[in-house]
Amino acid sequence: MAQGAITDTTGPAGYGDASSGKNYLNAEKGFLSWVTTVDHKRIGMMYLASVLTAFLLGGLMALVLRLELMKPGKQFLTADQYNQAFTLHGALMVFLFIIPAIPGSLGNFLVPIMVGAKDVAFPKLNLLSIYLYWSGAVFMFASLLIGGIDTGWTFYTPYSSTTSTAVISVTFGAFILGFSSILTGLNFIVTIHKLRAPGITWFKMPLLLWALYATSVVQILATPVLAITLLLLIFERAFSIGIFDPRLGGDPVLFQHFFWFYSHPAVYIMILPGMGIINELIAVHAKRTVFGYKAIAYSSMAIALIGFLVWGHHMFVAGQSELAATIFSFLTFLVAIPSGVKVFNWVSTLWKGSISYTTPMMYAISFLFLFTIGGLTGIFLGMLSVNMHLTDTYFVVAHFHYVMMGGTVIAFIGGLHHWWPKMTGRMYDETVGKIACALVFVGFNATFFVQFILGSRGMPRRYYNYLDQFQPLHAFSTVGSWILGAGLVLVAWNLIRSITKGAIAPANPWGGLSLEWETASPPITENFAETPILKHGPYDYFPAGSKH
Amino acid sequence: MSAPKIEIDSLWLPKASSTLAGQVDTAWNWAMANAVVFFFIVMIPLGYFMVKYKKKSDADVTSTLAHSTLIETVWTVIPTVVVMALFFVGLWPYLSAAVPPKDAFEVQVTAQKWAWTFTYPNGTVSPGKLVVPQGRPVKLVMSSTDVIHSFFVPEFRIKQDVVPGMYTTMWFEAKDVEETAVLCTEYCGTGHSEMLATVQVLAAPAFDQWLEAGDDKNLPPAEKGKALYGQWACGSCHPIDGTRGVGPSLKGLYGRNEELTDGSSVKADENYLRESILVSTAKVVKGFAPVMPAFQGQIKDAQVDALIAYIKALQ
Repeated sequence: MAQGAITDTTGPAGYGDASSGKNYLNAEKGFLSWVTTVDHKRIGMMYLASVLTAFLLGGLMALVLRLELMKPGKQFLTADQYNQAFTLHGALMVFLFIIPAIPGSLGNFLVPIMVGAKDVAFPKLNLLSIYLYWSGAVFMFASLLIGGIDTGWTFYTPYSSTTSTAVISVTFGAFILGFSSILTGLNFIVTIHKLRAPGITWFKMPLLLWALYATSVVQILATPVLAITLLLLIFERAFSIGIFDPRLGGDPVLFQHFFWFYSHPAVYIMILPGMGIINELIAVHAKRTVFGYKAIAYSSMAIALIGFLVWGHHMFVAGQSELAATIFSFLTFLVAIPSGVKVFNWVSTLWKGSISYTTPMMYAISFLFLFTIGGLTGIFLGMLSVNMHLTDTYFVVAHFHYVMMGGTVIAFIGGLHHWWPKMTGRMYDETVGKIACALVFVGFNATFFVQFILGSRGMPRRYYNYLDQFQPLHAFSTVGSWILGAGLVLVAWNLIRSITKGAIAPANPWGGLSLEWETASPPITENFAETPILKHGPYDYFPAGSKH
Repeated sequence: MSAPKIEIDSLWLPKASSTLAGQVDTAWNWAMANAVVFFFIVMIPLGYFMVKYKKKSDADVTSTLAHSTLIETVWTVIPTVVVMALFFVGLWPYLSAAVPPKDAFEVQVTAQKWAWTFTYPNGTVSPGKLVVPQGRPVKLVMSSTDVIHSFFVPEFRIKQDVVPGMYTTMWFEAKDVEETAVLCTEYCGTGHSEMLATVQVLAAPAFDQWLEAGDDKNLPPAEKGKALYGQWACGSCHPIDGTRGVGPSLKGLYGRNEELTDGSSVKADENYLRESILVSTAKVVKGFAPVMPAFQGQIKDAQVDALIAYIKALQ
């Protein structure tokens, strides 16, 4: 711990009474004790296992897709199998992994602890939310048994209203998953408003909470629109009501407006929690107070709100009016600014820090590199005329993988390492952790950077077959995907192995100052033996006696 | 894959073959300059801090500076000005792409799963090949008969969705006499990646001649049929190597007895082939879905003859 940092909690755990040897993991035993629990930590762990399973399946599918694209023409999949595989890859990764990933797992685990509460505001709704998640997942996977789905995760009409595949099953699954998302958001908003312990004012909250709060606002406001859209699509298929299908008098572009009215804000549901994690990783592993706390907090809210006004930038060439396209382009540039401000703040937080190159810090630095590329390539896509050339090509595929995977997933894995000792009570192996991080970083760039070049040269996305001239770059990307896959396998091996073989984790391995580090690792069921009283802010790495 | 190569001019972009392409590339270059500059504005301090402020000991004292109105204002205002400028840089070429010149030559584009058809004002129908004059603006009026497709010519830097139930338009002026690829960029099902076409740019006199005479050279019928098979993208469903596609393979089809979905059977003679091209779903072979579009009214008798001659030759 940095010398002189305010350390009222020099003991192993200021408020964590670990003397009984009981913690949330071993307090009760058996399958039933898990599936009937209302403990936010256990629900968080169940979410973690669930979203990582979805990530594994979606990732395997990605490797299969890349292998098929090694050469043009058929390798081992038919065109229909390929189309189903990329649809399921997208739907799994978006609805079952990246949207619930951070709020569901780390969010559920950390929000109540960080505000000094015993649990979320509505523990039973929290349990309901994971049951809804599992139910939605069942409907999504059921589609595999009844012929798959081949629409792309965007379900554009009239293709989705006319294809013979299992659209209803998957969209109904996404409909249910939406409610799971809403309940999580609702819980976080109420918990953050009502359950903060004495002394935790809004600006004494860890920035992860600001990010999750902003995320929750988007979840609550945007998700119902997706629910309505998917229901209308289901009705269109089942009863031919004529909303979207032009043969029935509907408007297919209307579907895209509805869909992106949710799915663009959903991009911020995906990225904001990742940004929140990065604040914690950088401040704690550089032992430095966050530079520009308020700017980061407000920029999360700004992103969440302006994010509602830019959905049309997915549709610049879809047949909307030129005036609408111009307005959406303008607003899109506005939403770029708060993201840029955050990056500047993160880099500045390293200035005159004391940087430990732990695995979480390595992920945070990877994030800064990858998210910067993801953000700057977004500028190309926001420019109307450049978008005309790039949209629906691999440039877009590369861009959103840099933001979603290079941003959110890298932050998530970094956060997982950061809080792993707290959640499991075990330390992972640092050396293996760093090697795995390096493999992921190299593999990720090898896979996706060439896809920018493929796209700007004119390679369309969602192509089973392609012009021979694109083969070398496709092959390069495929080889990159193997490195990326190997890195992720090593991450999993390292974390899973630590559960039995890892060193016992201390209460505060990194010298963090937020409340989760003041309870035992793993925490007791009640989180704190008594209501904690905040004596210092989450980033007060100040020398003793200094003025600040 | 039946489309010409996309000529690549630099690491990033195809050759700029339309008048618009140069303008779009200027906007691209500004975006790239912005990306490179800001990338280094972030990465150089990051790299420097990573080395300079590496932890030395537990006794390290870190900065307590938590806020600076001046520097935070600077790094909010400057990017705001820059992105506003980029908005306008991106907007101008888009506006010129949005308004076709009044004297533009108009071509109707019809998209269907999984082929493009181009219809000219004089009634000429050109499947799979958009023939255009060099140095003259061409306006495309596009619609789809089934799902959404998107018309993309990388060398021209133009892309526009083609939507059922409405017309969308775009225009371009080709600079060079050449052939380049048209690709579908809105996912449309099994044959999405096979939904290609060719843009052939002809010098003005050659174009006028082509428009008058059509593409009918004095080829033997089977070869003409082979060319039509490519242009209409028949191959996106009907392989010619005996493998199963969305539709039956055409290899050895002529003269074969085919079992139909209603249980009856039919000999694939000239009349059956003709009917199957014109009213495609009349007699569907067992095991296949009735998804082929009807070509009646779109295809000339001589073209049907040529296709049948080609199928006969595929033994």
